[in-house]
Amino acid sequence: MAREIALPLELEEEQPERPRRPRRLLQTARRHPLGVFGLVCVGLLFFCGIFADLLVPYDPIATIRETRTFGTLVEAVDATDDRLSVADSQVEIGTNFNIENERITVLTVNPSSEGATVLVQRGSSPTAHPAGSVLQLETAIPLESPSFKHPFGTDHNAKDVLSRVIFGARISLLIGIVAISTGVTAGAILGVISGYFGKIIDTIIQRGVDILLAFPAVVLLLAIITVIGDEDSAVRKFLSNSTPLPDRDFIGIPNFIDVFIVALAIGLAVAVFTTRVVRGAVLSIKENVYVDAARAMGASDARIMMRHIFPNVIALVVILGSVLLPVAILAEATISFLGIGVPIPTPSWGADLSDEKSRSLMLEGYWWPVFFPGFALSLVVLGFNMLGDAFRDLSDPRLRGSGLGGGGGSGGGGGGGGAI
Amino acid sequence: MRDYIIRRLLILIPVMIGVSLLTFSLFNIIPGDACVLRLGFGSTPETLADCREQHGLNDPLFPISINSDLPLIHLGNSQYGDWLTDIIVHQDLGQSLAEGGAEVSTELQRRLPITVELMIVTIIFALLLGIIPGMVSAIRPNTPLDWATRIVSVLWLSIPSFYLAILMITFGLLWFGWTPPQFGTGYVPIYEDPWINIQQFFFPALVLSVGIAAVIMRLTRSAMLEVLRNDYIRTAWSKGLRERTVVWRHALKNALIPVVTLIGLQIGALIGGAVIIESVYNLNGVGKYTLEAIIRRDLFVVQSLTLMFAAVYVLSNLMVDVAYAWLDPRIHYN
Repeated sequence: MAREIALPLELEEEQPERPRRPRRLLQTARRHPLGVFGLVCVGLLFFCGIFADLLVPYDPIATIRETRTFGTLVEAVDATDDRLSVADSQVEIGTNFNIENERITVLTVNPSSEGATVLVQRGSSPTAHPAGSVLQLETAIPLESPSFKHPFGTDHNAKDVLSRVIFGARISLLIGIVAISTGVTAGAILGVISGYFGKIIDTIIQRGVDILLAFPAVVLLLAIITVIGDEDSAVRKFLSNSTPLPDRDFIGIPNFIDVFIVALAIGLAVAVFTTRVVRGAVLSIKENVYVDAARAMGASDARIMMRHIFPNVIALVVILGSVLLPVAILAEATISFLGIGVPIPTPSWGADLSDEKSRSLMLEGYWWPVFFPGFALSLVVLGFNMLGDAFRDLSDPRLRGSGLGGGGGSGGGGGGGGAI
Repeated sequence: MRDYIIRRLLILIPVMIGVSLLTFSLFNIIPGDACVLRLGFGSTPETLADCREQHGLNDPLFPISINSDLPLIHLGNSQYGDWLTDIIVHQDLGQSLAEGGAEVSTELQRRLPITVELMIVTIIFALLLGIIPGMVSAIRPNTPLDWATRIVSVLWLSIPSFYLAILMITFGLLWFGWTPPQFGTGYVPIYEDPWINIQQFFFPALVLSVGIAAVIMRLTRSAMLEVLRNDYIRTAWSKGLRERTVVWRHALKNALIPVVTLIGLQIGALIGGAVIIESVYNLNGVGKYTLEAIIRRDLFVVQSLTLMFAAVYVLSNLMVDVAYAWLDPRIHYN
């Protein structure tokens, strides 16, 4: 007998010491390289979204202008001259250019042997310029191909694509978080009420959910946004008049109300789904003995729901929220792509992808204004999916170490594909 | 089983009434009625009145209203009642508000074949691209092949269909000088010219199927792994059957049951996807029609189409449940 008892103790002593926390993290990371990749992508989304205005090299909605040299003066001019001889130029009537700091407007152009003689309107404080002075032109630079100055190039409106992509992360993140937090909260409350009270309240709420779930998600979102996004819609009026939400240009986002309305519409869809899931969980939670005990002690329904049911669904709600976040981000991009979501000057990935002119220019070889926003969007969704897979591997003890992680994929990622 | 189907169909009636009420009210909350939206600011009071008379917009919205000169319930004299009776009794889905005022039913006759073909081809592609790699990956778990399939599936799952479509159109043109033929010609049915038809549908369906295929692949893989652990599979092995027989005859059948459910659940995604892909590829199907109607604020068209989509979606879900019981004798509905 004694030996038999001693055996497990011996085994216990032989067990290697559990590695310390940082090392364990490192081991986990090494075993799930795709999860680490996902974490990096998602981290990048949050980082870019939060620090967008510090990171952007240019204003995402401002036209990028560049000073270009386009010729030189052939003869020196003094302060009173209004006739200039210009070499190697393509000056046109109406062009504004600078010589040093003086602004000069072209009135007429006479081509000559060296270039052109132009009659000009001098600036407010004309000065003398020697021969060989450089004519500089400040001009918008649309469709600049990717270069060191503009790593993702510029689009046909001469906006810096990199800056738009970085700001797009902020729009995506903002819409995702607003949609998820409102949707999940509303859904959790409705789900708890529906599941806890049962009977007629449950029937009403669940039939409502049935009705909303009967619409394909994209169709439902399009319909809702058409209605609440309307210029005179009550929701829009309420948002702009009765809430402290700024009408426009908030945290660098133009058309802030439009962005918010899109988020609310997605939030509604999230709420419908959450209600159904939470209700299911509540049905089993409320059968617990402690709920009966609380009721026997005379606790009110509100107290039971708040203190005994709600804490038990919080974990579920948090998981739902994190699973639905990429779905919400993708939904925003999709409806913006369809031209119903976030309006065009706002740097949204979906809207940038939908721009007709950009897309027809893409067929001519100007691929960067469309390619990069779409790439960013794909990378973010990919990151969330990979992170989700890694978490599933880690959290499901049945699958741990067996490498079956991609298994129950219809849950998170599948939902992602399914909702859109 | 028959009772179950009948009961499910009966439950659908209140759901569909709810759907129709919601659709109808949703599009009537917008300030300004359909005629104002249609005619815009350039309209005179006379043209507005004409338009309203023509489309019956002077009637009350709902069949139950507290109105002095009408009875409390006046089915025949409300816009909602008219809309529903037109659909149910006359199979008339209403009329577009746009110039010319095309009948929705006529438009659907022209456009439905396109969308239906797109969906069917998409499902075929999704099954091919999903089931076979998923199965292979489950038979050889933790091999490079398995890893490759899993990475491919997560990539497919993540790339938005519209982005993939844009990339394929662009790089198809830039690298191979090829554009899908629907940019030039209209829809060609498969019995008229199969080759052009295939060209028209191959890429849109492929793009649309990729996301669904990824989900199917993952589900097939996990279902297959689960099934392969069963005792009856061990029995099959111990009988000395070949791997091909074990996998195809014994395991796959059971592993595919959840996949059937999944395909049904993806009908919603397919409808949404059709809206997106048809507008990218310029296919004149129902999806593109819906989007155009929404952008034009063509309320009659939008409300009828939305109702139709909801009906299709709900019925397909019912069919999935029925198919489920039919495929798996262990499941009983009662």
